[in-house]
Amino acid sequence: MDVVVDAFNAFSELLTSIVFFAPTVGGVKVPLIVVWLVVAGSFFTVWLGFMNLRGFKHAIDLVKGKYSDPDDAGEVTHFQALATAVSGTVGLGNIAGVAVAISLGGPGATLWMILAGFVGMSTKMAECTLGVKFRREHADGTVSGGPMFYLRDALALNGRGKLGKFLAACFAVCMIGGSLGGGNMFQSNQATAQIIEVTGGQDGALGGLAWLIGVIFAVLVGAVIIGGIKSIAKVTEKIVPFMAAVYVSACLIVIFSNFSSIPSAAGDIFTGAFTGPGIVGGAVGALLVGFQRAAFSNEAGLGSAAVAHSAVKTKEPATEGFVALLEPFIDTIVICTMTALTIVITGAWRDPDAPDIGGVKLTSRAFESVLPWFPVVLAIAVVMFAFSTMISWSYYGMKATAYLFGESKKTEVIFKVIFVIFTVIGSAAALGPVIDFSDSMIFLMGVFNIIGLYFLAKVIRTTISSYYARIQSGEIKEFADR
Amino acid sequence: MATVLIGVDKSEASTRAVEFALERATAEDLQLVVAHVINWSPFSFNTNVENEERPARRKAEIAAADEQVIAPMVALVEAAGRKASSQIRHGHPSETLIDIAEEVGASHIVVGRTGDSGLREAIFGSVVMKLVHVSPLPVTVVP
Repeated sequence: MDVVVDAFNAFSELLTSIVFFAPTVGGVKVPLIVVWLVVAGSFFTVWLGFMNLRGFKHAIDLVKGKYSDPDDAGEVTHFQALATAVSGTVGLGNIAGVAVAISLGGPGATLWMILAGFVGMSTKMAECTLGVKFRREHADGTVSGGPMFYLRDALALNGRGKLGKFLAACFAVCMIGGSLGGGNMFQSNQATAQIIEVTGGQDGALGGLAWLIGVIFAVLVGAVIIGGIKSIAKVTEKIVPFMAAVYVSACLIVIFSNFSSIPSAAGDIFTGAFTGPGIVGGAVGALLVGFQRAAFSNEAGLGSAAVAHSAVKTKEPATEGFVALLEPFIDTIVICTMTALTIVITGAWRDPDAPDIGGVKLTSRAFESVLPWFPVVLAIAVVMFAFSTMISWSYYGMKATAYLFGESKKTEVIFKVIFVIFTVIGSAAALGPVIDFSDSMIFLMGVFNIIGLYFLAKVIRTTISSYYARIQSGEIKEFADR
Repeated sequence: MATVLIGVDKSEASTRAVEFALERATAEDLQLVVAHVINWSPFSFNTNVENEERPARRKAEIAAADEQVIAPMVALVEAAGRKASSQIRHGHPSETLIDIAEEVGASHIVVGRTGDSGLREAIFGSVVMKLVHVSPLPVTVVP
């Protein structure tokens, strides 16, 4: 096992140095990949005419089913597509990632995180519109889509077939890596750390047994994705939304029980965002770390969501674009902000050891100050979130594998077995290299996906604006009014 | 000609409901519509795999309902020398039955007292109870 872990650590280091190349500007390291994602979000926000704001109400109406054709009852609804996508994104990024952001970037990172979530809504809208527009409907009635299809097929229509194929293939390779890394190893790593922590730490009952927890995870994941045991997946899918509700409620309890600290916390967030006193890199450091963690949490621009959203039943691809903009809103603007407020308001981020403990432990400590029993609930939530994220990402990885190597039972099973092995490695490896590897692969997806989005910007805008014009003119009506 | 909607599933009570409605239909020359609702919610939480397979599964569910639920009931009606049209739909059972009743212009709904969902129904209350509570049309419950 040690040989595998060492080899992995070395590979991870190399990859990270390439992906997170960060020239120093004015004394601050600026990771270009983060700039890349935020620039894309800002571009599409302006390019689509702030549709993330203007189309928000319409997005809610679509999710409520106001525009769903009753004849399509029994198909995948907008709500279901959104819920599936959200359960893949809401996870450790919202709990651990935010804590890392605040501990490194100070409270000011919160504001930049929210802003990154806001522009991320536009990127998500763009990629999910394309995801549905260029999805594949197979002979047996199943549907699947994602960046590999729109990169290849939409760019071919644009006369850029070769570029499209190249981008699609690179994207698919990275999605496999991201699936094994951030979607799998990072999840099992952090979930394992949580389980060990609540059972008494390294000296507790499960101390030193990380590999065993990894094996248990692997068995459960394998039961769902290889064994096809739907009941486990079903239970997870039902518990995750419930845990998310419990989590947000607990955040609100902590925030309101520190009611008197709200003004000063808000002050810390605003001044920190622009001055960043005492933080490495000052305000720019806060901005970068905030942007980075928001991007990792909501996955906007990375292309993963386009896979999840593609299954929806709709005649208008733009509808799923509108629905998808709610995803960064729920993930980042609501849930990440809740975590950030909890950490800032309880003052947990001021603890001298905060940057060292980082991750879930810091969030857990913030909750503990008000709800002493909550770390156990948090640990359960982390494990459930991690598990559902793993199931979602195993699907993304499987779709990418099928794209590269053809759809066959054999490739599917080989990928799934590799996935399960990586679940165990994730539990056993140290956090640093795991986080680096997962960040690298996942962010690389964003490189290829966004190049494609720029080339397809016109198609995206035409699809969305022509649809929205028909909504506004009343040509497309709510079903109750027809 | 007045129309009667018969809500059916695989249960024996459904067969009795059809027989009951058939008797009335023959005596009073009523039109019959046999409907089956596949329990489904637009707000459920699914995995990616379930979503991907959904269109195919929906087709299979409708085909199964047609073969196993609707066909035997329609055969029963036809054996008595009458005709019945049929409806299969996904949705909330009692609400969807009412929707169908309104669409086909039914003046009356007939259902069997116990469905085929057994334990689930015993815990969460039956479709029939909800139907009786909310239906804007007269409902006959056949034991």
